[in-house]
Amino acid sequence: MEPIVVQNIYKQFGNVSALHDISFTVGPGELFGLIGPDGAGKSTLFRILATLLLADKGKAMVNGLDVVKDYRAIRRQVGYMPGKFSLYQDLTVEENLHFFATIFNTTVKENYDLIRDIYEQIAPFKNRPAGKLSGGMKQKLALCCALVHKPSVLFLDEPTTGVDPVSRKEFWDMLQRLKEKNIPILVSTPYMDEATLCDRVALMQNGAIMQIDTPPAIVAEFRTKIWAFKSDDMYRLIRDLRAHPEVKTCFAFGEFLHVTMTAGPEEVSGSLTAGGHTGLVIKPANAGIEDVFMALMQAQTQPV
Amino acid sequence: MKQFFEFVKKECFHIFRDRRTLIILFGMPVVLIVLFGFAITNEIRHARVAVLDYSQDALSHGLVNKITASTYFDLAENLRSEKDILPAFRKGDIRMVIVIPNGFSRDFIRERKASIQLLTDASDPNTATTLINYANAIIGRYQQEQTNLQHLPLTIHPEVRMVYNPMLKSVFLFVPGVMTLILMLVCAMMTSITITREKELGTMEILLVSPLRPMLIIAGKVVPYVLLSFFISIIILCLGSWIFGMPVKGSILLLLSACGLFCLTALSLGILISSLTNSQQTAMMVSMMGLLLPTILLSGFVYPIESMPVPLQIVSNILPAKWFIIILKDIMLKGSGLRQIALPMGILGGMTCFFLIVSLRKFKIRLS
Amino acid sequence: MTQSAITTTALTKRFGNFIATNAITFDVAQGEIFGFLGANGAGKTTAMRMLCGLLRPSSGEARVAGFDIYTQTEKIKQRIGYMSQKFSLYEDLTVKENIRFYGGIYGLSNRQIRDKTADLLQRLSLEQEGNMLVKALPLGWKQKLAFSIAVIHDPSIVFLDEPTGGVDPITRRQFWDLIYESAAKGVTIFVTTHYMDEAEYCNRISIMVDGKIKALDTPAALKKQYGADTMNEVFLQLARAKS
Repeated sequence: MEPIVVQNIYKQFGNVSALHDISFTVGPGELFGLIGPDGAGKSTLFRILATLLLADKGKAMVNGLDVVKDYRAIRRQVGYMPGKFSLYQDLTVEENLHFFATIFNTTVKENYDLIRDIYEQIAPFKNRPAGKLSGGMKQKLALCCALVHKPSVLFLDEPTTGVDPVSRKEFWDMLQRLKEKNIPILVSTPYMDEATLCDRVALMQNGAIMQIDTPPAIVAEFRTKIWAFKSDDMYRLIRDLRAHPEVKTCFAFGEFLHVTMTAGPEEVSGSLTAGGHTGLVIKPANAGIEDVFMALMQAQTQPV
Repeated sequence: MKQFFEFVKKECFHIFRDRRTLIILFGMPVVLIVLFGFAITNEIRHARVAVLDYSQDALSHGLVNKITASTYFDLAENLRSEKDILPAFRKGDIRMVIVIPNGFSRDFIRERKASIQLLTDASDPNTATTLINYANAIIGRYQQEQTNLQHLPLTIHPEVRMVYNPMLKSVFLFVPGVMTLILMLVCAMMTSITITREKELGTMEILLVSPLRPMLIIAGKVVPYVLLSFFISIIILCLGSWIFGMPVKGSILLLLSACGLFCLTALSLGILISSLTNSQQTAMMVSMMGLLLPTILLSGFVYPIESMPVPLQIVSNILPAKWFIIILKDIMLKGSGLRQIALPMGILGGMTCFFLIVSLRKFKIRLS
Repeated sequence: MTQSAITTTALTKRFGNFIATNAITFDVAQGEIFGFLGANGAGKTTAMRMLCGLLRPSSGEARVAGFDIYTQTEKIKQRIGYMSQKFSLYEDLTVKENIRFYGGIYGLSNRQIRDKTADLLQRLSLEQEGNMLVKALPLGWKQKLAFSIAVIHDPSIVFLDEPTGGVDPITRRQFWDLIYESAAKGVTIFVTTHYMDEAEYCNRISIMVDGKIKALDTPAALKKQYGADTMNEVFLQLARAKS
């Protein structure tokens, strides 16, 4: 039995279509990522799965239980970490953890094995009010609280948003270790680079899933050739490239520009050198999830 | 059960770690009582009176003693004839003259009806009325005592009912008012704010996803405030009786259970507000505008209901505060028992059930 | 050498026993895009508030747009623009009303506001949406609009506090186009971000760890110095080294 099954879910808020025909499944012990910017519909989807919202159409099952009919049973089995930091700011780290253990009818001790790795990192601050923790610490505490009742499914809504790269990396390391305990995890993130850390991902934009697959397969399927450009005056390079008739897209990517063209790089580079660009570097680039995402986004917004 | 206790404990942490809330909870009753008690009431104490006693018998002396023994009146001088009355007023420090006609005792016992004359300086009509009211109340009590003593139905003055006239603004009427106001504030406003705070924080999402039943979430949030407000009402009662000598003529038990009932009414209102609003700010505005202002203006606390226009009088009936003030006054001032206050108690109970049912219906097991 | 937009010398802020920023010293040239990176709680926000004249330093010196941050904060505020992810625009006002309001508080004349509004709406291709409430706009558009409004009074320096959080990849890059455009006009950009690829777009970056500046150079030089391929690696090496 698949732990999470989502079938043709629709959700509308007024005139805005928050979710449009969403379907996917998450297998046992799988780390599944919902990748997309704010407003893609990720949080709405989480709330439907956590039995907090009703979908307009479609069906969703968690551990074989229906999210509408069996909501009470599901609530006992899932661990949910909402997008916004949702712990009591005026309670200490320890009090928060203790409280969430008790309301799930368990104790911190009983399931300490599961949270030991994470809790030990924040244990030195256990008497500090949760509101005074740094962003990364808060997320770790929130994860502890979501795990303390040994859930059989974990929903993490944007756990790394607004968190610095170091804490983000630590957080993902923790998720990898949790995966070894065979807990299926559904996680969302707006950071494209985190997609590669998931087993499978769904790329979401404007309430729709644009693609679902493993990250390597998504990249492999992307056939468009990408070239990396660099010169001494990047701003002028962007403008010149975009103005060039052979250039289809041109986006900044770290220290390079990622460019797709209808012609070979030689023709374009010729006109750039003629235009006075110095220090020009042009090389083939490997597409990443972000390249694919942007290409899919453009395909989605352009009327067919 | 353990879940529930843990919930209550957590709620207490919130309350006791938030210094501002604590100040509001405990400072407010004291400040309000003292403010209303000392500053706002037109309470009069130690008014100087003169007595012109033509009768000079045991009963008339008893009456004069009774009047001047109260804290409201001090005996300034004994007059000898009616000619002395105007000069006494003109001196300015005499507020009231009591004239007891000849044969007071005889009329009182034989004809079972005696009259006395109260003269006041009406250049300050408010003070004059208040003094007359006080004197009447004391005379009424005296007459009651004598009636019991002599086993005869005796009358001195017919205006005894003025004691319960709401126009008579004394501290006795402010204590019930302030108590109502504060219980409303603590129970209704604080509950609605504390529940919406969870919504704002996002913790409500986690609580909903937990196995806790909605009933338990609400009860856990509300119980600490029930205890707290009950405790606060006791503080108010003590302040009222120690500082202002507020009497409690009826049963204390009945009084406390009435307070308990009103706490529940206010809480159910608070829960209702919180289930209709999503932010602390809105909850606060709604409680302020929807509960506190009507409580102050329409419940008979500041403005007597009898002198309101008829539509407002009708509106005042739907305010729990109005009924609670009636109950308080009846128990404390008239010494009424459960039978006399059954109607207002029943109304409050009905309102509580109504609000609770509506808010439980409205409480969402989901977010929308 | 070009004139400095920001200079700080041993700028320090203490909260009780806690040193939020510890003697930071750096220079930002006029027209430079300066990336201000650091872990959560490393002291970035505190430093930024001091430079904007919102917080008085405990010790140290700093000049912003040529003005002293102790005594001339009012002058500084006239010359800077500020935008953060959290509070930017009034959601219940329309696009035009927001522009009018911010133009107004910086003392632009009605004519200037009218011209700026037309120009701004045209550049962002928001002509159709001018009378729409801001809350109806997608997040990415709001952020672009917020930036354009932050530079409406032609400030010499703009402070951007995590301006692109949660924004989709295309809009994020369009946002950086706007930054480049302003920088090309000579506006100094002081920006914080958690996207390490965005760090590469900066002319120079500083990385703060525990209240101190641990590294300050061009992205290329930093990567070379730490033997890393990406800024992400540089950041991880530096921030990890603290414990």
